[in-house]
Amino acid sequence: MFTTALVAILIAMSLALARALLGPTVYDRILAINAFGTKTVLFIAVLGFFNGRPEFLDIALVYALINFVGTVAVLRFMHYPAEIFQSDNDGGGS
Amino acid sequence: MTLLIESLSWVLLVAGSLMLVVGAVGLHRLPEFFTRTHAGSLTDTGGAGLILTGLMLQAGPNLIAVKLALILLFLWFTSPTASHVLAQSALRDGIKPEAEDETS
Repeated sequence: MFTTALVAILIAMSLALARALLGPTVYDRILAINAFGTKTVLFIAVLGFFNGRPEFLDIALVYALINFVGTVAVLRFMHYPAEIFQSDNDGGGS
Repeated sequence: MTLLIESLSWVLLVAGSLMLVVGAVGLHRLPEFFTRTHAGSLTDTGGAGLILTGLMLQAGPNLIAVKLALILLFLWFTSPTASHVLAQSALRDGIKPEAEDETS
């Protein structure tokens, strides 16, 4: 039962990676990496149940947190690249 | 009783993985970026919801189910926000949705 879920998640992850490589605009890549991260969370959770070790869920929870923060951080960097590099003294704009 | 829970969680797991694969295929087939955000967030909220509830049924009412519920709630709150930030910064960056160009 878990193997079907694991295989399906792996297929979805490879498709998301393919979209990340092919994606014309940079936002396609960010979207694909965000989807890939969420699938990794699910993969870790199902793997934890597959091996009978429920401690994996903590790793999955932390990964979900980091994935979200990473996506938003990249997007903010995408939007204010100039300000961050120019203003070295006051440590970056808004 | 346990057979019911087992089969119900099996159905949820299979439906969730189906949703994941459909979302991933949607990432490829949908024409341009803004439609792909739908496919991307579809997998985040739908696939995650079904798979994690399926796992919750497996785990039974204990701490593991609470952790799964936490992951699920977190994903349901943050992935729409991430999609919103993504689409907004794409719009602000000048990527126009196709629908606005064609006047048909």
